[in-house]
Amino acid sequence: MATKLLGERIKRKEDPRLIQGRAHYVDDIKLDGMLHMTFVRSPYGHAAITSIKTDAARNAPGAVAVFTGEDVKGKLGFIPCAVEMEGLKVPDHPCLALGKVRYVGEPVAAVVATDRYLAADAAAQVEVEYDMLPAVTQMEQALESGSPLVHESLGDNLAFVAKLEGGDWKSVEADPSLKVIKQRLVNQRLGPLAMETRGVIASYLPGEDTLTVWSSTQIPHLLKTQMAILNKIDESRCRVIAPEVGGAFGSKLNVYREEGVACFASKQLGKPVKWIEGRRENLAGTTHGRDQIDDLEIYVRPDGRVVGLKCLILSDMGAYHQLLTPAIPTLTALMILGCYDIKNVFVETKGVFTNKMATDAYRGAGRPEATYIIERAMDIVACELGMDPVDVRMKNFPAPGKDIVLATGVSYDSANYQKTLKKVLKLSGYSKLRKEQQRMRKKGKLLGIGLSTYVEICAMGPSSRMPAGGWESGTVRVEPTGKITVLSGASPHGQGEETSFAQIVAEELSVPYDDVTVFHGDTAQVPMGIGTFGSRTTAVGGTAIYHATQRIKKKMARIAAHKLGIKPGELVFEDGKIQTKDGTKSVTFGDVVQEAYFARQLPPGVEPGLSELYVFEPPNYTYPFGAHVAVTEIDEKTGEIRLRNYFAVDDCGRILNPMLVDGQVHGGLAQGIGQALWEELIYDENGQLLTGTLMDYALPKAHQFPWFETANTETRTSVNALGVKGVGEAGTIGSTPAIVNSVVDALSSFGVRHIDMPLKPEKIWNLLKHGAMPEGTQHDS
Amino acid sequence: MKIRIKINGVWHENDVEPRLLLVHYLRDVAGLTGTHIGCETSLCGACTVLLDGDAIKSCTVLAVQADGGEITTIEGLASDGNLHPLQQGFWEEHGLQCGFCTPGMIMASQQLLVRNPHPSREEIRRGIEGNLCRCTGYQHIVKAVEWAAEHSGK
Repeated sequence: MATKLLGERIKRKEDPRLIQGRAHYVDDIKLDGMLHMTFVRSPYGHAAITSIKTDAARNAPGAVAVFTGEDVKGKLGFIPCAVEMEGLKVPDHPCLALGKVRYVGEPVAAVVATDRYLAADAAAQVEVEYDMLPAVTQMEQALESGSPLVHESLGDNLAFVAKLEGGDWKSVEADPSLKVIKQRLVNQRLGPLAMETRGVIASYLPGEDTLTVWSSTQIPHLLKTQMAILNKIDESRCRVIAPEVGGAFGSKLNVYREEGVACFASKQLGKPVKWIEGRRENLAGTTHGRDQIDDLEIYVRPDGRVVGLKCLILSDMGAYHQLLTPAIPTLTALMILGCYDIKNVFVETKGVFTNKMATDAYRGAGRPEATYIIERAMDIVACELGMDPVDVRMKNFPAPGKDIVLATGVSYDSANYQKTLKKVLKLSGYSKLRKEQQRMRKKGKLLGIGLSTYVEICAMGPSSRMPAGGWESGTVRVEPTGKITVLSGASPHGQGEETSFAQIVAEELSVPYDDVTVFHGDTAQVPMGIGTFGSRTTAVGGTAIYHATQRIKKKMARIAAHKLGIKPGELVFEDGKIQTKDGTKSVTFGDVVQEAYFARQLPPGVEPGLSELYVFEPPNYTYPFGAHVAVTEIDEKTGEIRLRNYFAVDDCGRILNPMLVDGQVHGGLAQGIGQALWEELIYDENGQLLTGTLMDYALPKAHQFPWFETANTETRTSVNALGVKGVGEAGTIGSTPAIVNSVVDALSSFGVRHIDMPLKPEKIWNLLKHGAMPEGTQHDS
Repeated sequence: MKIRIKINGVWHENDVEPRLLLVHYLRDVAGLTGTHIGCETSLCGACTVLLDGDAIKSCTVLAVQADGGEITTIEGLASDGNLHPLQQGFWEEHGLQCGFCTPGMIMASQQLLVRNPHPSREEIRRGIEGNLCRCTGYQHIVKAVEWAAEHSGK
């Protein structure tokens, strides 16, 4: 019997280099003659640049060059926005500021020197004079007439308006039996905070006229195209390598100014140029996540059946569009009904420019916001109607097992939301928890139980609905020695696909797992691909590899059949052999490989060699779902929240490696819980970033989490041959509302219906101290 | 300034600027890039190494302060081609994803286990709270350290 690999807990191929300090992240790469670049950045949220004096910096010890916006103007292109949307305003986005700065941390000048210390010294000698301008950092203020304008040429701060409508609102609004509940929800701005900051090395060789770029990126192929365009270099002469990448979470799914300037500098100077981002630069100048204000109206029948949802979304773009900035809130609108069959929907989304860093994808990218809206809505309905949150959810789920088209136009496949909810209720001992809560309340103790039942849109995605292609390439090459090389156009950076992809190929070919090696990230080695984001790498990239493997099998079976004098259809791959089903006739895997390369007795029409490329175009997204329960205790004296238990049941389709799935869920939970309880990027009214270091930005630590109790259900999708849905973002999407629902539940006896995130102790303390209403004024479940 | 530092059992002698950070010395001068830089402000722990047996954050120590000292980095943890129990534990228990925090996390855990060979889960969480990880949610790191505690000295 062949070794079973798919579905097994298999240790990672990535780890030996990582646990021994032998991996190579961008900053670990050194090239001969390499120069170091640092940036002079705006200290103001909004200001006119009146002069830049660079002479002293140019003459500083070790300094090689200084570049300003004027120096690169016309020579270095603008940062692209890939989103096409009716009426979308896209301001020019130069790599170095021209005339004006629009957010704290905006690059104003680049200084290149022989080492990183001397580059920093020289940068301190650049003198920039500014005239401060009034800044605008609040979206509602930005939309008022007379507000400071982030981009004067656009006339106002409104980047776009998008509407999504479905159902029959006339009858909803005419129905007097419906209760209308209004609520404002604020989804605060977050920092993605990958542990490895961004970094880039650009190496232009004047003799060869080639540009090689090492960048800590999720999208090496797309970056190659963009660097060629920005720097006006023939794309055939460009190569991008994403080496080891130390986390990204969406923040490296972009084309950044610093990448453009590094390439420009290397081209100008004919030497390699390295830039490594500092943590303060990372907080100020790497894309942020979330930042929405959502005004919600819920139309509900007295029995808890929700018939309509209206939402006005204000989404903060920041000062410029990055690659996908305006697309993120459109995913919120698309997923706003969550896993509920609500027949009527109306969403109006406004994108707003402010004097802050651009927002863009951050783990979940628009879907955590949607899930937060709908899952808070369900609990608010439960609170208003005095129902159990479980009952409200059960009442609004679609019937299990059916494919369903929602009022938003989204079509979910393989839905069974009852299954995950029932499983998490059992896992958490929900009814016992409710009884415990009653007992605790009698003693004056605050215990909260919070639910979240989510569905997400993953495996991005069908190209017809993606800004720049949603397919993925997979290449499988059997080398003459029988070792197998797998190349993925996706670009994982911690998710573990060097392992799971090898599992797919080794099991399909029935060869040793150790014989398979997966590479990704180098555009010179790997055929064109899209990248890693949107929980797509296994579902789309893995499926491409699965199909490429099928092509290899087909070819090998033809060669084997020719050797054995039988038909290819009679053959199976078994333990390093290609044999008839009864095992009576066989050739070894190695013999067939040798024949493919020596090509002495190939069947007619078969090309020599054993390398197959498959480009998988997914016919639809996938829709993983799950149910989470969070149990919190609140110290009524201090307002401090203790997350006591966390239970998560996720359905990500077929599981290829349960260890990797658990890892993805845990990491996602930590980020979602982080948003609910601690994390927040705060700008003051002048556009100063007040949480610009790890001292001020509350990145979660080990002791702040309970032991996560996780489980899965496995409902395979029919969208791809593997049945895999994707799991990278599930934990983040599911956990944020579960936590807030839990804390609000704990405080419900005080008349609390909603609290905005993050749920800092002082907010809770103030509510208990000043906002508290006598017990019993609201429902007490 | 001339300094002499023993790194992973080998003495290194160099003439360095007084302002050179130890982490830059290790990475750029000694060529040991396994120690990472995550924040330059001793808040993330990615740069944790052992200096004379104590876990320190090498981004806020000057190279000259380590003169005469003995340093262990992640590259010096395995011996005779065998992974250290912590390295093995992180591999067995999926204690890492992107791997960037891992060297610092392992070095901090090493000191934790020296001081407390059989820590509880809570003690492990407290023991590594100076080291940030954005990928794992920490639970598998806790299990990795437990694995190492169970398998140390065997």
